[in-house]
Order: sequence, then C-alpha cells, then structure tokens
Amino acid sequence: MIARTIAKSVFSEWLSLLRKSFRLIGPVRQGDQINFAPLAEGEGPDLSFQNTRLSPKEWVQPASERLFQFSLDPANTEAHILKEVPWDETPRLLLGVRPCDARALNLVRINFETPEYTDPWWKHGRDTMTLIGLGCNQPCSTCFCTSVGSGPFDPVGLDILLTDLGSAFLAQAATEKGAALLQGVPQGTEPSASDQSQAETLKKEAEQALPPQVAVDRLKDQPLLPLFNAPFWDEVQFACINCGTCTYLCPTCWCFDIQDEVSGTEGLRMRNWDSCMYPLFTLHGSGHNPRDQKLQRVRQRFMHKLKYYVDKYGNGVACVGCGRCVQFCPVNIDIRRVCNLMNAFQAN
Amino acid sequence: MINPYLPYPVRIDQIITETEDRNLKTFKFVFLNPEDEPRFAYHPGQFAELSIAGKGEIPIGIASSPTEQGFIKFTVNKVGLVSSFLHNMNEGEIMGVRGPLGNWYPLEEMEGKNIVIVAGGFAFTTLRSTIIYLLEPKNRSRFNDITVVYGARSPGMLLYKDELAAWEARDDIKMHITVDGTDDPDWKYNVGFVPAITEKKAPGAKDAYALVCGPPIMIKFTQPVLEKLGFPAERIIMSLENRMKCGIGMCGRCSVGQEFVCKDGPVFTLAKLNSLPKEY
Repeated sequence: MIARTIAKSVFSEWLSLLRKSFRLIGPVRQGDQINFAPLAEGEGPDLSFQNTRLSPKEWVQPASERLFQFSLDPANTEAHILKEVPWDETPRLLLGVRPCDARALNLVRINFETPEYTDPWWKHGRDTMTLIGLGCNQPCSTCFCTSVGSGPFDPVGLDILLTDLGSAFLAQAATEKGAALLQGVPQGTEPSASDQSQAETLKKEAEQALPPQVAVDRLKDQPLLPLFNAPFWDEVQFACINCGTCTYLCPTCWCFDIQDEVSGTEGLRMRNWDSCMYPLFTLHGSGHNPRDQKLQRVRQRFMHKLKYYVDKYGNGVACVGCGRCVQFCPVNIDIRRVCNLMNAFQAN
Repeated sequence: MINPYLPYPVRIDQIITETEDRNLKTFKFVFLNPEDEPRFAYHPGQFAELSIAGKGEIPIGIASSPTEQGFIKFTVNKVGLVSSFLHNMNEGEIMGVRGPLGNWYPLEEMEGKNIVIVAGGFAFTTLRSTIIYLLEPKNRSRFNDITVVYGARSPGMLLYKDELAAWEARDDIKMHITVDGTDDPDWKYNVGFVPAITEKKAPGAKDAYALVCGPPIMIKFTQPVLEKLGFPAERIIMSLENRMKCGIGMCGRCSVGQEFVCKDGPVFTLAKLNSLPKEY
C-alpha cells in the first residue's frame, strides 16, 4: 500500500480536490465540543481534538432517519402503501476519524449485514462512506483501545490513516480505495525515512501511554447464567440513573426504534436511535416488561457488549475503548472496571 | 436488494370476532399483488409484522397454515396502539404485512412421532396453523398420534370454535378442550386448568414432542406436569414473545441473552431456554 507525506500547507488543496468527488464531513468546533459535521466550502477540519464528543456513527446510522413515505389521502390510489424514501447516492468522505471509531463500524457491520438479512440503509450509509482516519498522538486518560484488540494507529476499518508529524501528515493507504485517493494528492511526496521513523516513534509513544487496563481473556469461557446472576451487578447498577448517555455516545451501540410520523395526509416511517437503558425499550403491549428493573437494563448493556456479542460472533468484545462512556457518565460508572469484574468473576 | 423492512401491501378480506369479550379478532388478508403470495412462503410457528401506515407495526403469529392458499390469517389481541387501531379497521381497507419472520416448529424432526399440543388462551394461533397443517391429508400420515389440550377462561373465550368442533368429531386427532370455569349447563367438554387437564389426560411422552404455548402462568404449571409425564426438555417446544420492532435481529430489543426472539426464535426448546436468562 502506498503512502504519501502531505505538507500541512498544501493539505487544504487536497481537500479541495476531494470535495469534487465527495461530500466532506469532518470535525468542527460546536461550542465546547468538537463533532463531525459537513465541511462547508473552504472550511477545514479542526484536528485539535483528542476525541470528538459524539462518535461518527450518526453519519452511517443517523440518530433519526427516514425509511419509508406514504400517503393517507383517500384520493391517492397508492394510499397506505409504503414506498422507500429516495436514496442519497452522494459519496461521502469522513475525515479525521479515530481508529477506535472506525473499528466500531466494523464491529457493528456484523449486526446489519447477516447471512439472512441485510439492512439496506446501514449498508448504504457505510458503503457510500470513505474514511480518512487520524492516529492518536496523545490518547485520552480514559482511552483503552489497546486492551480491546486495537491501537491508537490501527488502520483497520479506515481507507487512509493520517499521522500528524507536526508540519506534515504521513498518509498511509489501508485499502485500494485509499490508495487510489493518495495517488491523486497534489504535491504529495514519497515519505522519507525520517518521516517514517517519526511516525513509528509517535505510535510507540502513544501505545506506551495506553498500558493494559482491561482484561477480556476469560469472558468467552465464563458460564453465561452464573455471570448473569453475579452479585456484583447490584453494586454496578446502584448509582446509574438510566440517562442513556453511554448508549448515545457509544460508537458500537446500534439499537433503534421504528416510529411512524404523520403530518396531514402525508407520513413517514422513521427509525431513531433507542437505548436499552429505557424501560419502554422492552415493554410488552400487555404491560409485562422483561427488563423493568434498572439492574436488568444496566446488566443488559454490559452483558451485550462484553458477553453476548462475544459468544454470538466469536469476534471479541463490542467495545473499542474510546472511553466516551467513562468520561461522560454522570455517576462515574466505568466500563473498564465492570469488564474486569466480569472477566475475573469466579462462578461457585 | 430485497428490503426486509418493506411490507407487502394487503387488503383486509374478512374480520371475525373470535371471543365474547370482543378483544380477539381474526383478520384474513389477501395480497394486493398476487406475486407477493409465493414470496411470503411460511411454516407453522412463524410470525409477521402487521403494518399500518401512520400507526406502526406489531409482531403477530401467523394463524393460517401454509396448506391454505389465497390468503393469510392473524388473530390479534387488542392491547396497544396498533392493535386497537386495527380492531377498528374495516374489511376492504389496505395495510401491510412484513414477513414471514422467525423460525418455526421443528415439524420435520417430529415426523413419525407423537405430537402433544398444549395451549392456553389466545396463544393458540400458531398452533391452529400447525394443526391445520398436520391434518392436511398429505401430511397426516407423516405423523403419529396428535393430542391437543386447549383451554380458555370460559367457553366464549375459546378461539376458532367451529374448527374445534370439527376436530372433536375426527378420529385422527384427540382433542381435550377445557375451560377454567363455566355456568353453561350444556358444556360438554372439560372444566379445569390446562396443566391439571394435561396431567389427567396424561398423553404419553414416549416418542412424543410437546408444543406448548400459553400465558406465563400456564407455562409455569405445565412444565412440571410434562416433566412428570417424562418429556425431556429437548422435546418440549415453546414459542416466546418479546417487544419487537425490526423482526430481523437488528434493532436489539427482543434479545434474550445472545438470542433474538425475532430471528433465532420465536420457537425454542425448553432445553435452550433453560440455558438463557429469563428475560421474556
């Protein structure tokens, strides 16, 4: 795979070129946060963040998305019949994605592209997206990607990985698509030996800043029901207020709701992010609720990511170590600690 | 690419009020596009999402049998927003059906065996599909004895009363209809709860599978009876319900441990359920 060194002075020229083929989405400042948003003509990405507040998952699976449209007008011969909302075919380029968030899209793909069914909207959202990632020179104190099978410069899931060398970016292709894009970089140069050794040093330093914090090696072999009934869940859930912030921020939380919305005689079938933290998520029509207790909902979130997903797909944990839920949980519930409790649990 | 979220448009062909409390109605649908009917090829035990534009979808077991052609049938209990709206719709109106969804009763595995069907209340729907399927002349010979214990609160709460009477008259299916109680002096069937009647009629467990569907309280008390009769957990087949949206294992809410009721179920053996958290 090819690589290029791109001086920061000419980086915006490359973006202008990319803009001809893609709608650019990149990190921009929004108040005290940096989040992904469409980059207006002439607007560059703000790459000064450690990580964005929101993960970029909304650009593949929007928080609210139109699926079908319909008419309820009796005069319409197709009334009550659902039609797909027209697809937006514009290729999009997500710039400045952290490796953890790119990996998350790979983990989530298993849910939406299965042997039996393919979710057409998720697949479309992912397939029309090109990812240019940005390695993490300075990981956050809450990051633990190296503990869950990834790393601060992991190119998996990305098309191109950028390493910030100070006055230039080292851009390394990770896919054929990425390689083709790098061929077209104006004034890009073959990386020098010193560029490469600098990138290597940055990677090593970042990895050293991420000592192993979380053990996941025993999760697969933990017997399910004893772990489900483990006494520590009561203590883990105690402070939780079921606010759902963790699921909202998590790049691997994909659960959704489907709701119809009607205005006059026109309507839409929408899908919206949902959360296992809320009792309504599982409430039966009869009033029965299999997860009506907070403990059950908190346990579901951790068990899904760290046990059910592991068992179902044999693909490791559904956590990429981005640390957002650790940073923003209002009551300081820490998935690193819960994972260690689960991993170390001894069934009697 | 086939969009698994897109319902087939259907017309409500017939609405039958099944029970005296008028809370259970059977809806017979005809596909608006005849080419959709073969695409909806299904097995007894599967379900579908009934879709009403502007209201939403509800997961409902398929009550018709694949051996019945030209229509599909669902019996719907009036409980929530969509089912209440559906109960007020009229014959001739247009809506949608999305499916078939989920797995089905392992009838292939049950060939040459005895089948004991234990059902209570309105959970009888996919078992109605199963019975119609089993009694079809080309299928009946593939199975051994068929015994049905079916109960409801009162005679007026039984589903499919005409068919129950017809099955009673047959000698290739053993019916044990029961009600919790009745003041009808002409009631000619059993009085008693389903577990008690199952114990009394004691269908043999040898070479037999039990299909069990009913309210949680019935299932709770039927399980020990079946165990006492000698049914191993691998041959007790149950069907679960959970809140659903997508019906294809993606939206996350119907999960029971690592299984999705919508895709890995709704049909599970008791042996499988014993290995899972009781989150249903």
